[in-house]
Amino acid sequence: MNRRVAVTGIGVVAPGGIGVPQFWALLTDGRTATRGITLFDPDGFRSRIAAECDFDPAAHGLTADQIARNDRYVQFALVAADEAIADAGLDPGREDPWRMGVSLGTAVGGTTRLEHDYVLVSSRGEHWGVDHRPAEPHLERAFTPATLASAVAERIGAHGPVQTVSTGCTSGLDAVGYAALAIEEGRADVIVAGACDSPISPITVACFDAIKATSARNDDPEHASRPFDKSRDGFVLGEGGAVVVLEEWEHAERRGARIYAELGGFATFGNAYHMTGLTQEGVEMSEAIDRALAHARLPGDAIDYVNAHGSGTKQNDRHETAAVKRSLGAHARRTPMSSIKSMVGHSLGAIGAIELVACTLALHHGVVPPTANYTERDPECDLDYVPRTARELPLRHVLSVGSGFGGFQSAVVLSRAEAA
Amino acid sequence: MSPTRSAVITGVGVISPHGIGADDYWKALGEGRSALSRIDREGCENLPLKIAGLVRGFDAEEYVEPRYLVQTDRFTHFAMAAAELAMSDADLTSHPDDPFQVAVVTAAGSGGGEFGQRELQHLWAEGPHHVGPYQSIAWFYAASTGQISIRGGFKGPCGVVASDEAGGLDALAHAARAVGRGTDTVLAGAAEAPIAPYSMVCQLGYPGLSTADDPDRAYRPFGSDAVGFVPAEGGAMFVVEDAESARRRGARTRARIAGHTATFTGAARWAESREGLAHAVRGALAEAHCAPDEIDVVFADALGVPEADRAEALALADALGDHAERVPVTAPKAGFGRAHCGAPALDVAAAVLALEQGLIPPTPHTEDCPYGLDLVIGHPRPAELRTALVLSRGQMGSNTALVLRRA
Repeated sequence: MNRRVAVTGIGVVAPGGIGVPQFWALLTDGRTATRGITLFDPDGFRSRIAAECDFDPAAHGLTADQIARNDRYVQFALVAADEAIADAGLDPGREDPWRMGVSLGTAVGGTTRLEHDYVLVSSRGEHWGVDHRPAEPHLERAFTPATLASAVAERIGAHGPVQTVSTGCTSGLDAVGYAALAIEEGRADVIVAGACDSPISPITVACFDAIKATSARNDDPEHASRPFDKSRDGFVLGEGGAVVVLEEWEHAERRGARIYAELGGFATFGNAYHMTGLTQEGVEMSEAIDRALAHARLPGDAIDYVNAHGSGTKQNDRHETAAVKRSLGAHARRTPMSSIKSMVGHSLGAIGAIELVACTLALHHGVVPPTANYTERDPECDLDYVPRTARELPLRHVLSVGSGFGGFQSAVVLSRAEAA
Repeated sequence: MSPTRSAVITGVGVISPHGIGADDYWKALGEGRSALSRIDREGCENLPLKIAGLVRGFDAEEYVEPRYLVQTDRFTHFAMAAAELAMSDADLTSHPDDPFQVAVVTAAGSGGGEFGQRELQHLWAEGPHHVGPYQSIAWFYAASTGQISIRGGFKGPCGVVASDEAGGLDALAHAARAVGRGTDTVLAGAAEAPIAPYSMVCQLGYPGLSTADDPDRAYRPFGSDAVGFVPAEGGAMFVVEDAESARRRGARTRARIAGHTATFTGAARWAESREGLAHAVRGALAEAHCAPDEIDVVFADALGVPEADRAEALALADALGDHAERVPVTAPKAGFGRAHCGAPALDVAAAVLALEQGLIPPTPHTEDCPYGLDLVIGHPRPAELRTALVLSRGQMGSNTALVLRRA
């Protein structure tokens, strides 16, 4: 019994526009959604720029109660899940609820809300001993990352396996990858998978300031996220989320669903090297790519496009370039590889799922999104990064890779339905 | 689980309110002792929550090197110490010949609360430049997996389940499945440290939290006088291994992870959890090729909320039939509390030890059980044990069942 995994629906909440059409227009236009931080006053911080979502939850159908009960990142998930399910033409009420699951990732969960209430209960950090009385209702839902998958599962009526995954910045790839394995191995037939984060708050900005991981190009935020470019100086923090509907292939065919792609390959490894540092050689990411290809039963030279982690830190882009060359060999030089973080920033755990939606759209439309802001070649990053302009290209198989704090290295292979 | 590769537990590491290490833990369980006490942590004095299961006498420096200590929260100290104990128990060494064959999987439901609160205080009282360089890696849920993997040189398919309490069992299943797909060894489990002042504030909204101020009365699961559950800290890590590789290296096999199923029935919908838990038990039994009457002992979720306790008893009746009236059910966690994902991990440790020792530890505090279960109370019960069923439910709606077989 060989169960295959189909991607039948996509939904996205991203900087620059909510929903798939706006997202795809931004990417294919090569526009950037990075700007000065407006979600709080960033005065006094080293990095004062971010890729923010202009998000009005009420306009996207959430009730006052849903808005009150759920932190911003969970609201992203509810809205993206609605879009993905509608896109898939799936009626969750007609599915066997015990065969339907949810797998969602987040790197930092409810930090923003936790910080907000911390300020209330500690009198702005005055006391170690806190006064619980000013805390707002539903704080326990921000404290518990499981709220993410739980809220979506309640919305769609899933009774099958429901999990929240938190592997730093590979959370999105891993949550979707785990879901694919669960379908392949028979634990569910339909899984709503993806990831969300809304980390743009003082504590998160300060913690990346402290290790100089983020860009300080505060006077030019639109051009601050510069993956692979020689002048890159760190990532630009983002927020958002994306959800895909994964289905067992025959299940999708039986209900006549449009199949965007097959998710045939997934692998993840640890680098056991450093919580934030990366090696020069990228051996572990390369191992993840090799195993994901083997899982998909594809040779390296079948890959037509690499969706890069491309965070725009000095070490990441070098590490990743080395890993892709190690796995794809000479084919790496012929293969376009771009980073959409140049346009939508780095939304930590969410970005892997957002990038999988970009990959699905790239396969579907035969268009490779560019790396915006790429102008100057770095000798250590010597691949084709699709500078500034989207490229039309028939695509059969695409690879998306990710790298996260904690040493996580993940890879996912998606194939166009007809090529699968 | 995999039809060809079977996952066994070869090492157990425990950090619990009952003490450090599996021996102290088992001794306390066997005596039916309780470790619940008044919360005496600085900054918690004025909270309307008085009783918890606190880990006392834990010297992090004994298990964690200074360079890791400064980078990590107490929850990671617990996880690293428990991993160290489990590795030593399994005779597993760091830096394996093939690093990609050893992975780390933890469940984490509360993160690095104490560390995070300290850095939040630095930020809000002193300014952004006072936030330290380790906040980015100490607070987040992936901290323990990352640090254990780095310290041991373990590069396998590492993961983090940030689910609710039941995630503690899901992490073990995740590990067993990785073994099924070809990874030889996975360090898996969960440890949590949510008894810092602000973390406590964040938990006050949990329905069912016991605010009683008498350690003997605060958590009496299945009792007619149950008033809720108490929070706690601690957890357990395990060495989960391919049975064949364990045999090849001469490791002692402690128990086999035979079956698992997770379901979801909605946050704090305890009545609905009956169906979810029954479904999970049936699924786990099917995966384990186990008939209901083969279950020799049940380690219950035992929330201590009457509606939830009743739902759990009914779920057992639904899934096990008549056997539910006969099978001994126990909840040693009544004596050490519910440390998020750490609590079911500690239950698994108790189940492994019970299978080995042929002894069912009792449920402390509880004096009666009006739900038609054979609840083990008062004294431990000697029994021939081959198969244990471990149950867990989470505040956010998960229900999980795990079947363990004696090696």
